[in-house]
Amino acid sequence: MISISVQTTDFDIGAEYAKLQTTDTQTGGIAIFTGQVRDNPDQPLAYMRLEHYPGMTESSLRKTAEQAAERWPVKQICVIHRIGDLKPGEQIVFVGVSSAHREAAFAACEYIMDILKTTAPFWKKEQPLNGDGSWVDAKTSDSTRAQRWQK
Amino acid sequence: MNILFFGSLREQLGMAELALPNSNASTVGQLRQELQQSHPDWHIPLSDNNVLFAVNKTMADETSPIASGDEIAFFPPVTGG
Repeated sequence: MISISVQTTDFDIGAEYAKLQTTDTQTGGIAIFTGQVRDNPDQPLAYMRLEHYPGMTESSLRKTAEQAAERWPVKQICVIHRIGDLKPGEQIVFVGVSSAHREAAFAACEYIMDILKTTAPFWKKEQPLNGDGSWVDAKTSDSTRAQRWQK
Repeated sequence: MNILFFGSLREQLGMAELALPNSNASTVGQLRQELQQSHPDWHIPLSDNNVLFAVNKTMADETSPIASGDEIAFFPPVTGG
């Protein structure tokens, strides 16, 4: 089962974990990744603004989760991504995967994050406490990580 | 067709959305050329090799076919997560 959410509100990791535990006694492992806003040590942030392409974002995340479910024997996948203005330390993204064994849960969780980073239509803009905002550049290292999964 | 711009490209072009009811473009690449001709100040930002395209909310490339009624988006590399 795949659950996708793009939302302004925060999420509760404990509640999301409880949903992944389920009553399925064949679930043996759950892998969770969360991402949060990192402050800029050279220019402290007031907030990070996350813009997205409504409609495409959700279908892009769902497609990535479906690809992960085809590739590994997973039970449940939950992807949550926040949008709007987020302060340093606030949660941005949640990826949780349950499976019978840890290998599939770890791999699918990492795959979803790597592909999300390079294909889901989100754009970050840093707004410092002092000065003008600036768009975050895409990183070559993120493309390299995503390319590792190409068969 | 309806054209959307996102992120830094939206700011550079000074526009988020544009309706083009009479476009003759039949591919994404032709549409880009058409926009560059009708808006000379968009030529450089739209020429950027990093610009990505989507047709009807699915990733596309310059050769992707487009038709009247389609939603075409132009945007910079994504930076979510």
